[in-house]
Amino acid sequence: MLVRSSSFLAAAAALLLSGCASTGAGTRGPEADAGGPAAAPKPLRAGLDAQASGTVFPSTYRPLPSRPTAIINANILTGDGREIRGGTVVMADGKIAAVGAGVTPPAGAQVIDAAGRWVTPGLIDAHSHLGVYASPGVQALSDGNEATQPNTAEVWAEHSIWPQDPGFNRAREGGVTSLHIMPGSANLFGGRTVVVKNVPATTYQGMKFPGAPQGLKMACGENPKRVYGARNTSPATRMGNVAGYRTAWIAAAGYARKWDKYRDSYAEYERKAQAGDRKAKEPDPPERNLELDTLAGVLNGEISIQNHCYRADEMAVMMDIAREFGFKIAMFHHASESYKIAPVLAREGICSATWAGWWGFKLEAFDGIEENAPILHKAGACAVIHSDDANIIQRLNQETAAALSAGNRAGMNISKAEAIQWITLNPAKAVGVGDRTGSLAPGKMADVVLWSRDPFSVYAQAEQVYVDGALTYDRRNRAFQPRSDFELGQAGQSGVETGSQ
Amino acid sequence: MRALLLAAAALAVALPVAAQDFAVTNARLLTAGPAGEIASGTVVVRGGRITAVGPNAPVPAGIRTVDAGGRIVTPGLVSTNSTLSVSEIEQYGETNDFSSTSANVTAAYDVQYGINPASVVIPVARLGGITRAIVTPELGGGANGPDGGRGGATRDRLFGGQAAVIHLGQGPDLLVRAGVAQVAPLGDVGAQSVGGSRGANVSALISALDDVRAYQRNRAAFERGESRDLGLSRADLEALIPVVEGRMPLLVSVSRASDILQILKIARERKLRLIVESGEEAHLVARQLAEAQTPVILNPTADLPSRFENQGSSLENAARLQRAGVLVAIAGDRTGHYARQTRYNAGIAVTNGLPMNEALKAITINPARIYGVQDRFGSLEVGKDGDLVVWDGDPFEPMTQPVAVVIRGVEQPLRSRQLDLRDRYMRGEGVMPPAYR
Repeated sequence: MLVRSSSFLAAAAALLLSGCASTGAGTRGPEADAGGPAAAPKPLRAGLDAQASGTVFPSTYRPLPSRPTAIINANILTGDGREIRGGTVVMADGKIAAVGAGVTPPAGAQVIDAAGRWVTPGLIDAHSHLGVYASPGVQALSDGNEATQPNTAEVWAEHSIWPQDPGFNRAREGGVTSLHIMPGSANLFGGRTVVVKNVPATTYQGMKFPGAPQGLKMACGENPKRVYGARNTSPATRMGNVAGYRTAWIAAAGYARKWDKYRDSYAEYERKAQAGDRKAKEPDPPERNLELDTLAGVLNGEISIQNHCYRADEMAVMMDIAREFGFKIAMFHHASESYKIAPVLAREGICSATWAGWWGFKLEAFDGIEENAPILHKAGACAVIHSDDANIIQRLNQETAAALSAGNRAGMNISKAEAIQWITLNPAKAVGVGDRTGSLAPGKMADVVLWSRDPFSVYAQAEQVYVDGALTYDRRNRAFQPRSDFELGQAGQSGVETGSQ
Repeated sequence: MRALLLAAAALAVALPVAAQDFAVTNARLLTAGPAGEIASGTVVVRGGRITAVGPNAPVPAGIRTVDAGGRIVTPGLVSTNSTLSVSEIEQYGETNDFSSTSANVTAAYDVQYGINPASVVIPVARLGGITRAIVTPELGGGANGPDGGRGGATRDRLFGGQAAVIHLGQGPDLLVRAGVAQVAPLGDVGAQSVGGSRGANVSALISALDDVRAYQRNRAAFERGESRDLGLSRADLEALIPVVEGRMPLLVSVSRASDILQILKIARERKLRLIVESGEEAHLVARQLAEAQTPVILNPTADLPSRFENQGSSLENAARLQRAGVLVAIAGDRTGHYARQTRYNAGIAVTNGLPMNEALKAITINPARIYGVQDRFGSLEVGKDGDLVVWDGDPFEPMTQPVAVVIRGVEQPLRSRQLDLRDRYMRGEGVMPPAYR
């Protein structure tokens, strides 16, 4: 299937936080040009500077207005492994202000009595194609795979996002507050990923998660070799895939060296010029290459590797390539066979984003099992339940319940408080925003869902969804039920149903 | 959980391994039949059939008896409009037996000849409580949108072929009944397949049905080569006779409300029996569907405007249709691998307004009725095949698992290739043979 064969992105948050090398396609927004040894030579325009990626297409997202709100008498799954019965969550100034059983709502706060209903962090889909494969699924909106050559590291998924995709609204009704949107998996290098907040917006920049790192989508296995093999071009085999990755990393390392050399010589020039050396000659910058920019950004740790890879043996090859060239893989996506090497993934600190239900649609997914996430979790590896689908994203909680249920059928005895991490804190960390959202910890973004009942139930519905402390969806109040431009005036969407009355 | 598993193990041991006579007592019976829910009752199965059901059904002397401990027992679930048994890996054509690419075999195409009882997909479905499947040829469109070339094999074909009903027990022959419906995609996919527009597609359909009538009236002339050109092959014309006679339903994959009204009119004029499949906008014409007594098979998760023809998709489709008096069956996912989604989908329909007992019927007796096999299975009623599932909780909940699955009186092993894989790696055995573990 189009989407199934096109999806995989994961996130390397830890990487991104540690990366501060001198060459790169910085992706952390304003911080990226905050000085330091990596500061770009002044004369270069952003568009010509290999280091300027973090400053262009800036986020224009601003949290919606909110007022201090306390949800009391709630069963709280905090997202970091705890369950609090009869607790309170306080949101103020867009942040989580307090969480606990003995918390008193601050004076003047709006108080919502959950009356035993459940509260979780906003859900995070680590693998979405909303906006890039929007509804309706016409060719005109098929913008997720730049399947024109096997390496398109130069493209950015964000430039394909159609903010009108009704899927964003449906996903929010399912409690999703942040999404990691990825290019498809036709290519060895599919392009850069983006994290967005799930808010109504006219432009994608209005959704862009401020300061979130980008990822690079890579793809193993059947998709690249099928797409390009069918055109009688490389890669046509898995060995062709691997040669394609390695060739690209070699080029990226050379490109990174060239820019490092330029920056060194520019610094030297500045020193000499300031010392009054009139003969000091300003060096010419290398020509910028968008494809290599992205790869170099991975090598210097600013862009995470989000790797579509189903089979355990192929994951082992990818880990070897990462060692060979000195980068880290943040997450394997789909990862149907991660359970076969769970201890290795735990040791390497690589997350696995997977489903409970999908398996067998191709051979590399033939060994997919419902217990994948539970086995990883028990091995101490990072497990993530993702959607890769405009319908499953609306029920990530149920997909997680199916995985948890299968794990407990096998006697794993995993709690709901632990399992909710698979769709909250774990994906947040894996896409590089774990320090900002994904759990109900004081100081984090107040991305919160109030559920009608235990979210592991098929009957649970998100009743209220808060993004940065602002009520962004309310099932009982049409004033908080966003509709995209595309949805206006369509059949059955006006609330005036016909025929059935 | 642990206690339930132990109880499950005990139950598995207690139930017969081959078709034997047994009784399940102290069960909360959701019969999906006229008896509705029986808070505490007994089911007796003898000779592979249900011989007694009720709060006080007598347990024959000497019969093996299993105490369900108050757990829920339902009829076996039905995977409606599925590729179960005819598709091992969806993306690989050579493992799929659900469509014809021959120009001379369209309506004559019959899925029954491709049924593979050894498919590893079947045991996975059983673990979701599925005991029967309606196996259909490629439907063309469907609730999941124009994906993966599902419409591809129907190109230039008005008809997709004939569906079959199977059971999911063990053994060489799963076929329950062949020829239970003829498939025809309409709407976007129909138009793309034939003539490039709805006007061409529907006109071609009407013309083909007229040709079948002409053929039926004068087979002899056709055999002598004296009839006008009838467009379809002889095999296809033969296959369509039960359709024009109203003996075999025409399963139309159709989404848009106006397309549904068009085919209802054609069916009324020609006395066809219709089944609407996909039907994302069926709720907008629920009254007309009810008046025409046309059932709808739908996926209750289809809420996105995935195509221009289903802008009216709604999570409340099932509930609105049922309220209007339409017979509704809930499909899981056409892909047999995801048949276990069937019971969750029933739950999703309940969350969006369908009464719980109606949701159970929509995955048991209703599909059986729609395909004319309600005398064989679909409810816990005397005389029906001994298909039942014992659950450790609410059967629609993902957190619930079946603890016993019985098909035609035979308890099924709760095993699959996927569970074998699980056990191998959960226990750290890996690929080495026992000597090296």
